[in-house]
Amino acid sequence: MTDTSINDIAAHQRADHRGDERPKMTAQGVSVFYGDKKAIDNVSIDVNRENVTAFIGPSGCGKSTFLRTLNRMNDTIGSARVEGRIELDGENIYSPDMDVVQLRARVGMVFQKPNPFPKSIYENVAYGPRIHGLASGKADMDQVVEKSLRRAGLWDEVKDRLQDSGTALSGGQQQRLCIARAIAVDPEVILMDEPASALDPIATAKIEELIHELRGRYAIVIVTHNMQQAARVSQRTAFFHLGHLIEYGDTSEIFTNPRETRTKDYITGRYG
Amino acid sequence: MPGTRPAETGTVVRVSSGAIALLVLGLGLVAWLSARAKAQAFAGPGKARLHSLPGYHGWYVALWAVIPALLFLAVWSSVSGGLVTASVLDSPAAASLPAEPMQRGAILDEARALADGTQEAAFNPQATALAPEYESAQSRMAIIGTVAALLLAFAGGAFAFTRVSPNFRARTRVERLVMALLLVASLIAILTTLGIVLSLLFESLRFFSRVSPIEFLFGTSWSPQTAIRADQAGSSGAFGAIPLFWGTIFIGAIIAMIVAIPLGLMSAIYLTQYATPRVRSWMKPLLEILAGVPTVVYGYFAALTVAPAIRDFGLTLGIPSSSESALAAGLVMGIMIIPFVSSMADDSIAAVPQAMRDGSLAMGATTSETIKRVLVPAALPGVVGGVLLAVSRAIGETMIVVMAAGLAANLTANPFESVTTVTTQIVQLLTGDQEFDSAKTLAAFALGLVLFIVTLLLNIVALRVVKKYREAYE
Repeated sequence: MTDTSINDIAAHQRADHRGDERPKMTAQGVSVFYGDKKAIDNVSIDVNRENVTAFIGPSGCGKSTFLRTLNRMNDTIGSARVEGRIELDGENIYSPDMDVVQLRARVGMVFQKPNPFPKSIYENVAYGPRIHGLASGKADMDQVVEKSLRRAGLWDEVKDRLQDSGTALSGGQQQRLCIARAIAVDPEVILMDEPASALDPIATAKIEELIHELRGRYAIVIVTHNMQQAARVSQRTAFFHLGHLIEYGDTSEIFTNPRETRTKDYITGRYG
Repeated sequence: MPGTRPAETGTVVRVSSGAIALLVLGLGLVAWLSARAKAQAFAGPGKARLHSLPGYHGWYVALWAVIPALLFLAVWSSVSGGLVTASVLDSPAAASLPAEPMQRGAILDEARALADGTQEAAFNPQATALAPEYESAQSRMAIIGTVAALLLAFAGGAFAFTRVSPNFRARTRVERLVMALLLVASLIAILTTLGIVLSLLFESLRFFSRVSPIEFLFGTSWSPQTAIRADQAGSSGAFGAIPLFWGTIFIGAIIAMIVAIPLGLMSAIYLTQYATPRVRSWMKPLLEILAGVPTVVYGYFAALTVAPAIRDFGLTLGIPSSSESALAAGLVMGIMIIPFVSSMADDSIAAVPQAMRDGSLAMGATTSETIKRVLVPAALPGVVGGVLLAVSRAIGETMIVVMAAGLAANLTANPFESVTTVTTQIVQLLTGDQEFDSAKTLAAFALGLVLFIVTLLLNIVALRVVKKYREAYE
């Protein structure tokens, strides 16, 4: 995986416009436990608004676990416990006042395996707006659905069969449907947990293109195993190893000039 | 046990077939040991490598020794009785027997009882005369049977024993035989079912030759009492089964399901989605105990506790109520069915991938919205399958309705009144002293056939629905 191509891509991005860099989400001293096992140890990180942040690292390094703390999806796992402080626009999301339902409407998530509901394409996208009451009436909902599908780059492919089952689409289309579903509630942050790892190269390319287009409108955090992907789509990269945040910085820096030997070893393919 | 007893005709040999079978099995053991020893002698360092382990050779020879002999014994024990009688009838002492079959049979039976020693003295002197004939014929047959079985065992064992050699594929043959045994085991269940269906079918045909199927299936009057004597009054019998079908559906498919579906579904949702693992670990087994309560216990619970309470309740409301009500039976049956519905619903909700749940929660849906909008719709086919299975179980259920639903074949939609069901009527028609050729008793088979067909169809549909749904997620 060492190759100049990564460096090229990353170097190319240095010149790229990096957008508003005020932090959207801030984590301070976050540790996550599964029962007695510590999965994440004292991680502090800022997620920039209008930027794509990539979490990379070998399997089991805790990057997905950390991602799930950002919209409290770890709450669904009984034994998980989170320590430390995570803020969304300066508001502690783990405070008792925070409504997890509101939080997840603001911080959406796309999963590793496409998981459309066994409903029609239309109903999949309308799901979020419906439960949050974001659309009044059929015409309004139609508009929300169309807008979301357009943003997810899926509209032209499905506009004639909105009533077909979402599960009947191809894998790549299903994943874009899930992205459309996530952006239908107009979130501020979108978390993507290896969104392309179950897809073929063409579908992957489409997802990456889509991430480019969504950038700027949403703060995006993407977990990926694929370092070229991290280099291609992100402006900031965080390298996790064994539950620790080893290095965090501009993607171009991480890939061309990492400060830590462990980062260097990983991105040059020495392990992982 | 082999035993001898001196008699006028000489030594009498009595051998029970059980004893012979034990003897054959003993021979089998000997065959097993010797064949294994022979096979072991082939093997060893510097000698040929056996195709099969010595134990397989042992089994091969033992099975050859035992199976043909046992099969012969089984056949022999069923024909030897006839052979004994035939040989007794051929004897000169039998020439004086009356030609009338019934008397003749009685004398022969008595003679056999004397010969067996189950009877001390005969009522009929001719039987006393025939007893020694019987004894000698029996002992002849016993000797023939024993000798033949043992010969077969020896022959089979010896034949197989000669085949034991290093290259002989004993393992393959033994395994093939085991497979055949497994096949027979499964065929027995299938053939039994087939036999039951055929017997139902033939008896039902006899019934339908007396009562037209149209009248049976669409008649609304059920009164199966037929006259025993021609001059008896007012009991020609009426076999319109609609009130029975209605009662069955009313209790099993309507009232019981009104109780069981919501309670079963809600408890499944609680157990899968809300209960902590600790609560679930004791609540689920406890709920399943309900399925283990004998139905007769439910029956008297319905008849003695629930039915009077419901009658009193009905009367305070001013509704005509009887002490055996459809409601009592249906309610208790519904309770009984809850574990079925809840465990099927539990399975199908648990089978909805976690990714669906996560997807919904990540959209900011609450647990209850997730259940309502994603889990239950996705699990619905499985739940429907479970409900159909529960219905089929409920309409075939007997004890509760026999004890609590009553016998009056009312065609009523008032749940406080008594109705009767197909199963209750079958019990009524077949208990007591009955001739098995009257329309009254034959009606039970026709009812059984209808019940069988309906539950079979329900099961087929339910299993298809469940299967189709399972495939969707695999």
